[in-house]
Amino acid sequence: MDDQEVIREFLIESNENLARLDQEMVELEKRPKDPQLLASIFRTIHTIKGTCGFLGFASLEAVTHLSENILSQLRDGKREITPELVTLILETVDVVKTIMVGIEANGREGPEAYDELRERLKAASVAASADATGGAPGADAHATSSEADAPAAPKGPSVSDSTIRVDVVLLDKLMNLVGELVLARNQILQFNAHQEDSTLNATSQRLNLITTELQEGVMKTRMQPIGVVWNKLPRVVRDLATSFGKQIRLEMDGADTELDKTIIEAIKDPLTHIVRNCCDHGVEKPEVRIRNGKPAQGTLTLRAFHEGGQVNIEIADDGAGIDVQILKSKAVQLGLIRMEQAERMTDREASALVFLPGFSTAAKVTSVSGRGVGMDVVKTNIEKIGGVVDLVSRLGEGTTLKLKIPLTLAIIPGLVVTLRERRSAPRESEGGGVRYVIPQVSLLELIRLEGDTGKRQIERIHDTPFYRRRGSLLPLVYLADVLKVGRTDDSGVVNIVVLQAEDRQFGLVVDGISDTQEIVVKPLGKQLKSLNCYAGATIMGDGRVALILDVSGIAQLSGVARESRDKAGAEMQRRDHADSERQTFLLFRAGSFERLAVPLSLVARLEEISLSKIEHAGGKRVVQYRGRILQLASLAQLLEPDAVDNAAVQDPAQVVVFNNAERSIGIMVDQILDIVEDHVSIRQTAARQGLLGSAVIGKKVTDLLDLHAVIHAADDGWFASQEAQRASGATVMVAEPSPFVRGLVRTSLEMAGYRVIETDSTHGALQELERHKIDVVLAGLDLPPDNGCGLMQAMRRLPGVAQIPALALIDNAEQAKTCREHPQGFSDYQTKFDRDAMLQSLARLASALGAPEALVPAGGRG
Amino acid sequence: MNAPQPSNTVAAEGGRTNREYATFFVDGLFFGIDVLQVQEVLRYQEMTGVPLAPAVIEGLINLRGQIVTAIDMRRRLKLRARAEGETPMNAVVRTKEGAAVSLLVDEIGDVVEVDLETFEPAPDNVNPAARDLLQGVYKLKDRLLLVLDTEKTIDIAASAA
Repeated sequence: MDDQEVIREFLIESNENLARLDQEMVELEKRPKDPQLLASIFRTIHTIKGTCGFLGFASLEAVTHLSENILSQLRDGKREITPELVTLILETVDVVKTIMVGIEANGREGPEAYDELRERLKAASVAASADATGGAPGADAHATSSEADAPAAPKGPSVSDSTIRVDVVLLDKLMNLVGELVLARNQILQFNAHQEDSTLNATSQRLNLITTELQEGVMKTRMQPIGVVWNKLPRVVRDLATSFGKQIRLEMDGADTELDKTIIEAIKDPLTHIVRNCCDHGVEKPEVRIRNGKPAQGTLTLRAFHEGGQVNIEIADDGAGIDVQILKSKAVQLGLIRMEQAERMTDREASALVFLPGFSTAAKVTSVSGRGVGMDVVKTNIEKIGGVVDLVSRLGEGTTLKLKIPLTLAIIPGLVVTLRERRSAPRESEGGGVRYVIPQVSLLELIRLEGDTGKRQIERIHDTPFYRRRGSLLPLVYLADVLKVGRTDDSGVVNIVVLQAEDRQFGLVVDGISDTQEIVVKPLGKQLKSLNCYAGATIMGDGRVALILDVSGIAQLSGVARESRDKAGAEMQRRDHADSERQTFLLFRAGSFERLAVPLSLVARLEEISLSKIEHAGGKRVVQYRGRILQLASLAQLLEPDAVDNAAVQDPAQVVVFNNAERSIGIMVDQILDIVEDHVSIRQTAARQGLLGSAVIGKKVTDLLDLHAVIHAADDGWFASQEAQRASGATVMVAEPSPFVRGLVRTSLEMAGYRVIETDSTHGALQELERHKIDVVLAGLDLPPDNGCGLMQAMRRLPGVAQIPALALIDNAEQAKTCREHPQGFSDYQTKFDRDAMLQSLARLASALGAPEALVPAGGRG
Repeated sequence: MNAPQPSNTVAAEGGRTNREYATFFVDGLFFGIDVLQVQEVLRYQEMTGVPLAPAVIEGLINLRGQIVTAIDMRRRLKLRARAEGETPMNAVVRTKEGAAVSLLVDEIGDVVEVDLETFEPAPDNVNPAARDLLQGVYKLKDRLLLVLDTEKTIDIAASAA
């Protein structure tokens, strides 16, 4: 019962105060004018009065209330202190003590009402107001002595006797000393491992045990039951339930689960916030609950228990649960994620969206929640103390939040890893390397790869190494690289420490893994505070200092997690913007062009074709390929007709195969370099035939191939073969200012069999619309002079043009939002680089026009 | 122990006419720190390097369970690097906030008592890296005693080393 807990606290506190009160009253007689003394006495009585009113101890309240009256008169200087008054008040104090002894023994007040004392107190205070010089209040002091004579005899020491208050600073100091002792113990144990002396062995064993016990004991002194935080929640829940018109029952289980004081303080606010959220968003109104076949009263369950050296706290409601679909669409609407991302998300991932900064699904902002700040802060705060938050929700059944929190922050288990020192170091420690400690909470698993086979398991995508861990790619980070100490690459073994940093996993490659130890976390000096890759330092068994790695800091520094959580909001949007232009490119080399790219989506496949298989037909190189004849063309030759053709010399030849509906063409390149996913930044339009322009892809300047021009040059028949059908194929106008984007879109469309007309402005678009019969318009939203919407408005006013469906080409999530909310006459929108989605959307629009046969592209794809 | 006064308002200190400084040598120069700010001096200690830390930070030492940052005074004062094989000594100073920082110096000298009369601000032609960290100079009989401002010396972040 938490009431019991409150009463216990009340008794402990009041007894201390009363003991002081005795002294102070005696002092008061000597220094009757001391205002501080009077104020202190008044405060003590006032506190007791206030608390017992709250706890419902009526006679205690009455007695203290009356003496408080007298004290306030004294304090305000309305009357002089007299020995009689002091006696009366001391007497009151005695009665208060008596009542409290009774409360401690029975949990409630005795039947005695102390009417006589009350009368005299009343008389004394009235006398004061009537006659300030004072009559003779409290005449029969002895008459009350019998009342104090019969306390309910307590058995054994009372609560107030068995506890003392200790300054937290002292506890912290003790904790530090114990930390020292733990280190000294570790040192001795290490030293002892090499000794044969049995007495020493036995003694150090004992030292070990005692230290461990002492450590636990001192840690316990700083422990508080989680109930300390929970106690105020019933009130919070009650108030919230009332204000929302809900019925919520709060159940608490494991309130006596203990946690370190610092942690208790750290979880206080997050916990309250979660509970508020549950009341606000979780539990439904009674009528809704009844309609859904649930009891009108919702239940909020708090559960706490120890598990594996951690404390688990679960907050569960039996409310509506989280509708992941609403969550996803809300997140898309807020521009936090893209639609494609949303579609790919599992329910669990989607649930985690509530932890994104700036996220709130509450339809309206209430005083409690819905302002979009909250769950991200909860997560941040819990993670700050090394905890983990997990959310499980079932639609219609409720939501459970699980917090896993370490017991203490001062002494933590850590994994000791080593890096071989490359610099010549005369003062090398016995392990042959520099040691670092990784907090165990971040540790997921250890992987050891041996020999060449092991090394081969590390793959590279561009410059980033990955390890294939049970089917998914784990990015690898070399600790030596992150810390810039120089990697030593001489052993055949790769040690990977798999770590969890916030919501990401990565593998930290170290030279050696030694063991796990209990380490004492010590802060770094302020000179080093700015280095966020260290969480602190510790002293190892041999007395040397080892740095403790901050796993999130390492992740950030290495680029595995690019942003800190605080900045995640802004960052998410920025990245999202970039994401929308993300595209996968195939990179290759041909002739003097060191780095060429085509969108991978246009590539049918990559082949290696042995030169011996290449035949000549009609003056062209061809190869028999999948039962057909595949024409080959050397890219180097196409781009630089005068240059020497290298591709023809290589065996086997590297061939990139492109398809349209009925024809294939193989473009021979010198070397396939890589496949890179990147967003296209810094573009420059090229003057050279066969190139669209240059862009930075994978951090290097790369020429983008104008596939349309290249294929055209290689095979006149390619587009000619489509000419016949083009008459019946749909004509698409691409209105887009960037020639680069236009080129890419045109290529995609033409390869899919559409006939394409290009223009770069609203004006141009309107002219083309007059000149040609256009079936579908694709317009970039950044179309000059007045963006794509301007074109739409103009189009919709023109007869004969007004009905043409239009597809908006967008760049980012913001534009997506604009399009969704204000379609402006656009029938649909797609990102510029999502070829497949664009073609699908286009096909849909074309067929919706009512003449499907005529409008479906000649190639018949999509 | 009362808080030491790192201030350079020596003249304002009525009553006292002399002061004690713990001294040490760095690259032949003779430095002093108010003796009240020096916690202890130690011979060379095992050190753990801190990758990514500013270059002036040599590493961390274990001072009876306390982790102390060690600053190489040669680098801090932009002087020549210590010759191979020479090991520095630790002058552990206590900061205003009560943290300990070790200054790595070539050699520890005696505690000297100086006459406040012989104090002068650092001359302009002293190497600027050093002058910023100096409170001033005492003209001793046979040499100059350069008085370091401890707080400035250990304030690495501000000097963006």
